[in-house]
Amino acid sequence: MKVKIIGCICFVVIAFAISCQSDERIEFNRYYSNGSTVYQAKCQNCHGIKGDGLQSFIPPLTDSLYLKNNKKTLACLLKNGLKGKVIINNKAFDGEMLPSGLTPLEIAQVLTYVTNSFGNKAATSTVETVNADLAKCN
Amino acid sequence: MKKLIYAATIILLISACKSNNSTLPIYGNKKPVTKTVNGKQVTDTIYQTIPDFKFVNQYGDTITGKNLDGKIYVADFFFTTCPTICPVMHRNMLPVYNEFKSNPDFRIISHSIDPKYDTVPVLKKYADKMGLSGNTWWLLHGDKDATYTIAKSYLTSVQEKNPQGNYVHDGYFILIDKQKRIRGTYMGTDPAEVEKMTADIKTLMAEPDQNPTK
Ligand code: HEC
Repeated sequence: MKVKIIGCICFVVIAFAISCQSDERIEFNRYYSNGSTVYQAKCQNCHGIKGDGLQSFIPPLTDSLYLKNNKKTLACLLKNGLKGKVIINNKAFDGEMLPSGLTPLEIAQVLTYVTNSFGNKAATSTVETVNADLAKCN
Repeated sequence: MKKLIYAATIILLISACKSNNSTLPIYGNKKPVTKTVNGKQVTDTIYQTIPDFKFVNQYGDTITGKNLDGKIYVADFFFTTCPTICPVMHRNMLPVYNEFKSNPDFRIISHSIDPKYDTVPVLKKYADKMGLSGNTWWLLHGDKDATYTIAKSYLTSVQEKNPQGNYVHDGYFILIDKQKRIRGTYMGTDPAEVEKMTADIKTLMAEPDQNPTK
């Protein structure tokens, strides 16, 4: 009997917690989990399972400050690629990343994943913000 | 008590298997040859070996089969601008490099299958970025046909660019012994297989065949 009551209470609490998840949280989770799939398929071979890059050949995705400072241009970087010198974690990289060929939605998903993995923490990149950023690519 | 005996038997069997496993198989075509030694007929097996070649490494040095005499080595095929499996292969190769780089009888050779882009300076830059120094890991530039021909002798396949502009190649690491015979092939994109290769290299290094008494 006692066990049943405790079970019931637990269930109610959990159900409450789930339904209390804000819409934003749900949106974030959706972007994040799809982003994880995109990352595995399109980025992981180069940037690594832990986002740690490859020696001085491919930069890691662990430089939260770089990602934050370049927040508005990350979408363009994935759309058009990146070439030339970048400083990541105080180390110089001088290589080339080709255009990713991803759709704006996939870009939003993978950016949400990258900027919230590997020790990074940032807001959800939505398809709206990505489209706005893409409109300003040079 | 019975259980204990079973367990002990199993452990014994497993350890027995392990110690039996002290030589690696030899791959490739083989043909028997019969010759006469001291008036007696003896049959020997001749194994496929890697034919001689001539390429240039990242330092601009000419490398032939002779430079690999008396070496155990691992070969693979890649190109520096490869957008797909090569970064994974070489990420997995790095621990192998680090493990054996102080051993003068060990080499890694990576043949570029895109000689037009991967010139000697490009290969040197790649080596620098990967943190390679010394002569343990050579990145080889060579004539395209020669590279594609040697690939066949390693039982591996490389192909021209496919319509997407990617070169097709299969990502295998091939382990070659001091007699230039194929002793193992491993999927270079799979960290578990590469760990197996590292273990196999140690097994191979300990084989009597690989340690001729001078
Ligand atoms: C073929 C290898 C390769 C693939 C695949 C790849 N990148 Fe990159 N990436 C690079 C290289 C090389 C650079 C550095 C370019 C330079 O030096 O200018 C880079 C730079 C970056 C940067 C900026 C620098 C940094 O480290 O923060 C970000 C962000 C990034 N990549 C994200 C991604 C994402 C997301 C994907 C998947 C959609 C991806 N990359 C796929 C090779 C790759």
